[in-house]
Amino acid sequence: MLSDLVPITFMLESRKPVILIFFYIIGAIYILRLFYLQIIDSSYRSLGSLNSIRREINVPLRGQVYDRKGKLIVANEEVYDMFVTPKKVLPFDTASFCNLFNVTKSYLDSTIAIAKEYSKDRPSRFLRQLTKEEYASVIDAMIQYPGFTFEQSFFRTYPGNTMANALGYIGEIPQKKFEEQEEQYYRKGDYIGLSGLEKYYENELRGIRGVRFTLMNVKGEEKGQYADGKYDTTAVIGQNLYTSVSLELQQLADSLFKNKVGSVVAIEPSTGEILAIGSYPTYDPSLLSGKSFSSSYTVLSKNPDRPLNNRAISAFYRPGSTFKLVQAAIGLQMGVITPKTSFASSPSQFIFHSGPYEAANLYNAIQLSSNPYFYNVFKKILANNSETNPFKQARVGLEEWGTIVARFGFGKQLGIDLPSESKGVLPDVKRYDKIYGKEQWKFSNIFSLSIGEGEYGVNVLKLANLCATLANRGYWMTPHLVKKTGINEASSKGINIETHKTGIEPRHYEEVIKGMHLVVEAGTGRSAKVEGIEVCGKTGTSQNKKGKDHAIFIAFAPKYKPKIAIAVVVENGGFGGVASAPICGLMIEQYLNGIVKRQAYKEQVMNTSWTTVARHNSNASVVKKPSQTIIE
Amino acid sequence: MAKDIDIKQGIDWTTVLIYIALLGIGLMNIYAAVYNVDNPKSIFSLEHNAGRQILFMFVSFALILVILFVDFKVYDSFAYIFYGLWILVLIATIFLGSDIKGSKSWIKLGTFSIQPAEFAKTFTVMALAKYLSTLGVNVSKLKYAVRAALFIFVPPIIIILQKETGSALTFAILIVVLYREGLPGVYPALIISFIILLILALVFPNWTVVLGLALFAVLFWYLFLKRYERNRQNLQRVLGLFILFSGFVLTVDFVISNVLAPHQQRRIKILVNPDSDPKGDGWNVIQSKIAIGSGGVMGKGYLQGTQTKFDFVPEQSTDFIFCTVGEEWGFLGSFIILGLYFILLTRLLSLAEKQKSKFARIYGYGVASIIFFHVLVNIGMTIGLMPVIGIPLPFISYGGSSLLSFTLLLFIFLKLDAHRSYKV
Repeated sequence: MLSDLVPITFMLESRKPVILIFFYIIGAIYILRLFYLQIIDSSYRSLGSLNSIRREINVPLRGQVYDRKGKLIVANEEVYDMFVTPKKVLPFDTASFCNLFNVTKSYLDSTIAIAKEYSKDRPSRFLRQLTKEEYASVIDAMIQYPGFTFEQSFFRTYPGNTMANALGYIGEIPQKKFEEQEEQYYRKGDYIGLSGLEKYYENELRGIRGVRFTLMNVKGEEKGQYADGKYDTTAVIGQNLYTSVSLELQQLADSLFKNKVGSVVAIEPSTGEILAIGSYPTYDPSLLSGKSFSSSYTVLSKNPDRPLNNRAISAFYRPGSTFKLVQAAIGLQMGVITPKTSFASSPSQFIFHSGPYEAANLYNAIQLSSNPYFYNVFKKILANNSETNPFKQARVGLEEWGTIVARFGFGKQLGIDLPSESKGVLPDVKRYDKIYGKEQWKFSNIFSLSIGEGEYGVNVLKLANLCATLANRGYWMTPHLVKKTGINEASSKGINIETHKTGIEPRHYEEVIKGMHLVVEAGTGRSAKVEGIEVCGKTGTSQNKKGKDHAIFIAFAPKYKPKIAIAVVVENGGFGGVASAPICGLMIEQYLNGIVKRQAYKEQVMNTSWTTVARHNSNASVVKKPSQTIIE
Repeated sequence: MAKDIDIKQGIDWTTVLIYIALLGIGLMNIYAAVYNVDNPKSIFSLEHNAGRQILFMFVSFALILVILFVDFKVYDSFAYIFYGLWILVLIATIFLGSDIKGSKSWIKLGTFSIQPAEFAKTFTVMALAKYLSTLGVNVSKLKYAVRAALFIFVPPIIIILQKETGSALTFAILIVVLYREGLPGVYPALIISFIILLILALVFPNWTVVLGLALFAVLFWYLFLKRYERNRQNLQRVLGLFILFSGFVLTVDFVISNVLAPHQQRRIKILVNPDSDPKGDGWNVIQSKIAIGSGGVMGKGYLQGTQTKFDFVPEQSTDFIFCTVGEEWGFLGSFIILGLYFILLTRLLSLAEKQKSKFARIYGYGVASIIFFHVLVNIGMTIGLMPVIGIPLPFISYGGSSLLSFTLLLFIFLKLDAHRSYKV
């Protein structure tokens, strides 16, 4: 046996030391190996530094934004950001440095201190947005300042100088978002779309960032690609947004809304394309671009008129009398009225009423915006079921009515390509059950719904969409601002647009539209009239408990094959026919004729002010009277 | 049995402290390995390995409580049953296991997966201890040695079928336990000789190794053996060994290129010469050595590592965790961690020797050997002294199965040790 060759020299108990010694020998070998690797053999250390990897990020230019005719709305200005890598900084003449870059000594010290805290090995942003000229003037001197490097960057410029609210702005990625990101795409201080189109189309606009890994030696010199570029990615330029907005129309809206608070949305009915979208007061979009961002933002966010809010999609109003058009269409569809219907009895509830009590027919009722007429229409709609108990009847009726109204987009998001579109409120059975208790309410509790007052909440976009639905005689297309996204218009891909049907027959809409035409021709909305164009419209006055009522006007034109549908709300403008209808008329003229001939009238509208001082104060007595009224 | 109200009684606090220290060091380094300077996340975030490791730690602490509450005699009495049941689990895993990185050794439990192979070590050590402590079993006799070897070999064979070769190799170290219990020293000596010869055969041309062996045999014959020992019988033995070793050396190349799988062949070649495939499998080894080497005496500082970031070295928080230690904590940190392991091993062996019960003693040796093997292979691989074998660094590497199985292994021994005066 082989075992006899090596005699058992140890007794069993003394085998523990053998095992321990075996363990220790291995341990000693490992310690020596580590000692060799980490201390003796400097080749690993220099290899380590040679091998230190620099990760260069190439941020591509952000996509630009164009109007429907290819005019530039948003562009980029190329600039340079300066970075500092604390470990590589060598002592330098701080006085001449501060002089060169026009920074204070304390800024220099504090920024480097923050950078050090973040990482000694990694670059931190030191200065933002040096222009090409500034960059050219300092680049030669940079040899004296190792550790400071440049990275190409950009800021947004606005050749169109409009549409600030819908465009939104970009800014440094907020801490919360930074932490939540899954792919770890953004670095601290990177730009990201924070609102509007910039936010909604962030992924298209930003492009794809390129990353390049390079090997560096101790001196910070490049020693070639890391892993033969296996991990490198090339930057892909951001996609442009080709919007449906008409820059001229948008700019006209801006000037018409001078001195006013409110908003406007114009839609091409057949496509759902937004032609103009404005929220007023607005701001100069370039204020929130570049270095001035934080100071401007603070000022704007403190403004009581909240210019940063996009009222067009987020403010809540009652639709007022514009809603009578919906009631008319539903009534006709249900067969509870005909265009010839008239009502004899005048309800006593309308103490706030300002129109004629008796309308000869439906056209008349729309033309003059008769409250009692639509009170009766709504009453008939709710009673259009087999229930006899008035409580049950109202309940079943409201439910049926609500289903149809919802098809107009009320009480839900329309799906516009903007973030934070408000759903609005469409009052339903549940809401009244909550207020009054189940089967504790009937028509007399909710009659204000008949004329667009009560528990509704709509934004201007929804009103414009209602107008487009009427113009289309019964359907609406998903409203959208961006027609195509891509590197150029040819390669672009459109976004998904759906057709939404109301389920009411076109012939009923024709009757409603006849009434709308009368509104502009000889009714409450005469100031929307445009020479040579058949405009159909409807006034609305949205009751406002806090102050003067909001003026609403919706209109589309021409009557046949409509090209534009507009909704305008002027806050505290009072009656819609006075404050809002002229704006609609001028915008229709601009869009359909390509020019506004009534320059004097335009000036007059522009100079009219409906703004009220300190509207947000609870003290109603400071509400200022409109400086001028413009009824024909 | 006596009712133990105080479950802490008799627990070896030195071991517990080292255990906790290693866990803490592990967590810090896992966090460093997954840390992304561009997007730092909290250590508690379950989105990365560090946060999940904290979760596993709490599960481990719960497991410890269970172990301390259970009667210590259970392990002895039910050793074979645990072993048998677990073999069934291992077999079932071959069929039910889900494929993770080419190995079928994981069983999915909701969002987490467990690797039964990790736990097989504990139950094998338990069964081996049970067998060796049986009256009349004596491993110095071939018959018993073979039977004991069977206990050791069955689980790794199943584990190899799960394509988890690394884990299977671990069981080989249990020869240390057999040696302690009387296996003739020639067996481990032969194994060590073969390993040394293997390395020599890989590094030097085979004919030089054979020549060296011949020279060694002649020197041994004339210088080491006394004149009266140079008889015919010993001549046969020396010649026999020479032929065996030479044959081994000459067949190494053949075995490597014909028996081992291609990726195993590459790993062995890389061990000898990592530059032979610097972008493929040699990559890890080179990167790992550079990372550790660049750490210097004091290291680059916590979270300041540059080599172990960006996820270039795969398994940074599991198998290659020691790179992070080496890079960020330098020689000093590496030394302290190795030191902790060796204090732990010394402590375990001395506790094992104190056991009255043979079962507890053998189990203790098993625990120490298994931990030793993992440290040996895992750290050895990162510093280029061992081939790349994917086994975790005990208590430090990320991984629920690994942490739980080592906790189970260690704390069963601490429980047995707490009752060391009982002789079963």
